[in-house]
Amino acid sequence: MTRNADTGQAGAVTCTGLAYAFGETNAVDGLELSVAEGEVFGLLGPNGAGKTTAIRCITTLLPVPAGMVQVFGHDAAKDRMAVRRLLGYVPQQLSADAGLTGRENVALFARVFDVPRGERAERVGQALAAVGLTDAADRLTGTYSGGMVRRLELAQALVSAPRLLILDEPTIGLDPIARTGVWDHINAVRAATGMTVLVTTHYMDEADQYCDRVALMHRGRIRALGTPDELREGLGERRRAEGAAATDPLPTLEDVFRDVAGSGLDDQAGGFRDVRSTRRTAHRVG
Amino acid sequence: MSEAPAAPRTASADPHPAPGIDLLLRPPRPRAGWRLLPARVIAMCAVELQKLRHDRTELYTRAVQPALWLLIFGQTFTRIKAIPTGGIPYVDYLAPGIIAQSAMFIAIFYGIQIIWERDAGILNKLLVTPTPRSALITGKAFAAGVKSLIQAVVVILIAALLGVVLTWNPLKLLGVAAIVVLGSAFFSCLSMSIAGIVLNRDRLMGFGQAITMPLFFGSNALYPVSVMPGWLQAVSKVNPLSYQVDALRGLLLGTHAHVGLDFAVLLVAAALGITAASSLLGRLAR
Repeated sequence: MTRNADTGQAGAVTCTGLAYAFGETNAVDGLELSVAEGEVFGLLGPNGAGKTTAIRCITTLLPVPAGMVQVFGHDAAKDRMAVRRLLGYVPQQLSADAGLTGRENVALFARVFDVPRGERAERVGQALAAVGLTDAADRLTGTYSGGMVRRLELAQALVSAPRLLILDEPTIGLDPIARTGVWDHINAVRAATGMTVLVTTHYMDEADQYCDRVALMHRGRIRALGTPDELREGLGERRRAEGAAATDPLPTLEDVFRDVAGSGLDDQAGGFRDVRSTRRTAHRVG
Repeated sequence: MSEAPAAPRTASADPHPAPGIDLLLRPPRPRAGWRLLPARVIAMCAVELQKLRHDRTELYTRAVQPALWLLIFGQTFTRIKAIPTGGIPYVDYLAPGIIAQSAMFIAIFYGIQIIWERDAGILNKLLVTPTPRSALITGKAFAAGVKSLIQAVVVILIAALLGVVLTWNPLKLLGVAAIVVLGSAFFSCLSMSIAGIVLNRDRLMGFGQAITMPLFFGSNALYPVSVMPGWLQAVSKVNPLSYQVDALRGLLLGTHAHVGLDFAVLLVAAALGITAASSLLGRLAR
């Protein structure tokens, strides 16, 4: 895997000293983040840790008031259009348009990414096939299950052949089978295209299973970074040094998470809107 | 427990994106600068038409109100002869006003729609595509225009059924279409601008209710400017709806009108509306 610490060579995503405040609250507070090309990078953290705000800065949805964000070497504050052409983005909410069919939903994104007309139908067909929605393509999205909507959103993101796929809580509110289904498709597509994946999640088991590297975020900064194994072993070693028995089971990623985030509960953070949109998503998934 | 290895699972359950994903590996070539705006406008209009094709309910329900205005209000006031119309039956005089009104009611809905799209994540996803904010707003404005145009056709048919003598000159009808689209572009941008300020659906509904009636009654849609009190004449002078109605009357009925001035005013109003709504759109992305 290519690491690019000080080589100056551009990784997929580089955030340097990124800060973003909503009024008095510093949602992101000096974030240092570097995602290498081709890896699946998990951004974990409790509600209100600043994950979604960081993602929104990287996707050019929010300005970059302090610090720098680069996507494949393009400045996300200055060169927004170039950055957007490299991105596929799946937001936290289930965001397919219920009044359109699956195919029309994907075709819209082919259009706004300038896919020429002669190629559009085939490209849309390939994106739908890649997520296993060929048979349901001409049904209204309003009739889809939560897992199907997520896969459709994946197809919407894939139709423009992005180099970086950004998924904000892709499996939130889905049942275990749908969760596995979504991840299977993410992995299959990634294996076929070699794209970089940046994902936020609350589910430690998913991070453990599917991410090459994870960063634990808390109060706007990254507090731990490494492969899931490295993080678990790191905490295990520290616990043994503090006198835990060598026979104790290796800590889980969730233990690491608790260790970093304290109780994991933080009343000030995780705005009402966050919780509400999460609830709404859960509600729409049913 | 036997240590024998389990039989190799054949190809397990993972999904195959296999049959043709070549297009998903190749990013589409960006369109040249000047072709970007019309492409986005077409994309937004296509979505509007597709939605309307799947569900025509709105088309029918929205035809009820203009039909009642023409049927009850129009027929009654034709008999009373209380409003000076320059020698034509009142229902004829009223028809262009009702076309403009029903187009405006549709356009005013767009602010609510954009807030709904924001809450559903659809707006954020569109904002992460290579679509400048002004192009997105222009696209929405013209989509409102297309929808209003279909509504206008319905109202024109109702009016024709009620015996209103309208022009069938194709050039003049083309002018009518342009006026309806421009007017709707302005009113949808007005509504989307307010959406960018209030950021909340309930508040916007209140605003929508509060402004549509004054815009309607403070225009020449129901009665000529000459019978208004002085202060209302001043309101009517700055009300784009008055210019829209004036042009529609001139084109459809052949009454005396300032069609050139009307076009100019609506063009400037639409341009200002697009500018205002585009600059406020960023607030909805936060």
